[in-house]
Amino acid sequence: MALFRRVGRWLEERTGLEAAVAPVLAHRVPRSSASWWYVFGSATLTLFLLQIATGICLALVYVPSADKAYDSLLYLNDVAPLGWFLRALHFWGSNAMVAVMTLHMIQVFLFGAHKYPREMTWIAGVFLFLCTLGMAFTGQVLRWDQDAYWGLGISASIAARSPVIGDSLVHVLLGGPIIAGRTLSRFFTVHVFLVPGLLIGLVGLHIWLVLRLGINEWPMPGRVVDRNTYRQRYEEEVGRDGVPFFPDAARKDMVAAGVVILVVLACAALFGPLGPGGVPDPTIIDTTPKPDFYFLALFALFALLPPWTETTLLLVGPPLAIGLLFLVPFIAGTGEKSWKRRPVAVLGVILIVLTVTTLAWLGVIVPWSPRMQAWSAVPTPVQYIKGRSPLELQGALVLQNKQCRNCHSLAGQGGSRGPALDGVATRLTRDQLARQILQGGGNMPAYGKNLSPAEVNAAVAFMETLKQSGEPPARNTAAPRSPARP
Amino acid sequence: MCATNLEPEPGTSSSPSRRDFLFKFGLALNVIGAALVGIPVIGYILAPARRLGGQSWIKLGPSAKFPEGETRLAIYENPFRVEWDGDSSKVACWVRHVEGGRFQVFAVNCAHLGCPVRWFPQSRLFLCPCHGGAYYEDGSRASGPPPRGLFEYEYEVRDGQLWVRGGQLPTLAGQV
Repeated sequence: MALFRRVGRWLEERTGLEAAVAPVLAHRVPRSSASWWYVFGSATLTLFLLQIATGICLALVYVPSADKAYDSLLYLNDVAPLGWFLRALHFWGSNAMVAVMTLHMIQVFLFGAHKYPREMTWIAGVFLFLCTLGMAFTGQVLRWDQDAYWGLGISASIAARSPVIGDSLVHVLLGGPIIAGRTLSRFFTVHVFLVPGLLIGLVGLHIWLVLRLGINEWPMPGRVVDRNTYRQRYEEEVGRDGVPFFPDAARKDMVAAGVVILVVLACAALFGPLGPGGVPDPTIIDTTPKPDFYFLALFALFALLPPWTETTLLLVGPPLAIGLLFLVPFIAGTGEKSWKRRPVAVLGVILIVLTVTTLAWLGVIVPWSPRMQAWSAVPTPVQYIKGRSPLELQGALVLQNKQCRNCHSLAGQGGSRGPALDGVATRLTRDQLARQILQGGGNMPAYGKNLSPAEVNAAVAFMETLKQSGEPPARNTAAPRSPARP
Repeated sequence: MCATNLEPEPGTSSSPSRRDFLFKFGLALNVIGAALVGIPVIGYILAPARRLGGQSWIKLGPSAKFPEGETRLAIYENPFRVEWDGDSSKVACWVRHVEGGRFQVFAVNCAHLGCPVRWFPQSRLFLCPCHGGAYYEDGSRASGPPPRGLFEYEYEVRDGQLWVRGGQLPTLAGQV
């Protein structure tokens, strides 16, 4: 023990680390900030450390070369001892990092922590948020499979929509004329060197600012932030009723960090790593590309925006949203901090969370994507075939063979790009059905050139039977009913 | 006194103008150094912006492989590939033999966001799996979010061989 202390004294005399770190650890923070609501920031940092550790491990084996990356991922999954577990930890760690960081961002916003004098802390935080999303995207590319390949295609197509520099931007992004070896090397560098370096620097700045300006006190309704008095009042409160950060406030941080790591460990052990999916061979075109969950909301937005607004909104929307995030502390830099007195802020958070989750959910069920196999894999429901005439049965066949079911469902089976055809006979008359098939309209292509008159005739005859027995068929309200119709 | 003959202590006896000069000289050296490093570094990173390679004629094989009235998938190697591209330098395209040696060759990439479109000969449509874009057999836009028809290759038939001109990822900003 004495030896221990002597070594410690020797080190301290040479390095002075204890003298430098001890006051930082013991610095006083508002008693109210030793709360469970204040644990998300340190939990995010813990996850970042986990990502660094597991990322270094993966880089020991992963080969960032387009011809070998996929094989090295399979090797990690199946051969390298515990390789699957490290991949799983890195994947679940990244999901947790995005999730916990989002919670941190929502919490500091609702608690008014972005207000004077902590504007720069918020700005550094927004950069950290963007860098983390950048890591999520580039990481998904390093999982060099079909989704990675076509995900890059989607990114390039978005970049191409920029005016003037679109083409150059695509080529700088891809590092070459097509998505290939040079692309993967680029993304590897960005994911492993560039953004992690930025992240480490920004984390340092973020923590320095927290130490310099103090942890945000629990917001009390009516305690308004004023630039002239805030810092003095904060110092007084901390001096009067502060507690040392370590161990008083750090206890809950430590518990939360431990829980988060254990949850990631459990997910990794239970669910394992994600992918790699299909081999990254661009000539295999029977694929349905989908991004990882962080970008599902964006993916959904592409399908739902009216095409003519798309380019403008794609180019203006993200910079506007990011710009707004940066401007938050300047739009509302003083005044009430408590969420109880900030209805617009609360509604804004609810609106954004609901929008993003709804879009992400739509991105999971993709109602706008045709079911490419439905026409040959999903049979016509029996109840729609029973007792039909030969012509109507022929029409049912047309509906299958011409891929109608890829977009239109019957009895809940098939695509949902177009409306379900159950009950279509109550909505469209014979003439309207024929017109819709021949000329298309809405999101439907025109089949005029691709179907023979006999095929159209049969399909219409079949669709006229698609209603509940006893329901009246649709009739043309524009024309007077002709009694002499044959 | 011998002390006066000693070397002056560094930084004490030099004149203000000399100190000033040294500071400015040091600054200038570093600015020049930074520029000499920075310009090639930025040039190196942005080099691909100048469209590596451009376009080249590529052989798709004997035109007899593509029967009249049919649309078939063809595969070629990108001419601007590097050794370590692996499968990713392979490119697929749709070849439509319209009639009597008249062809149309389409990129598989949807004009909306670049996903691979699939040909359905029964309904004579190209369908995109991502956001449901649809194209007619001649590549023109049928419905859905694509802002235009499919990207089309320039082609030539030479000595019974079908050639196309390509080499780039087709996007709204640049053709194949």
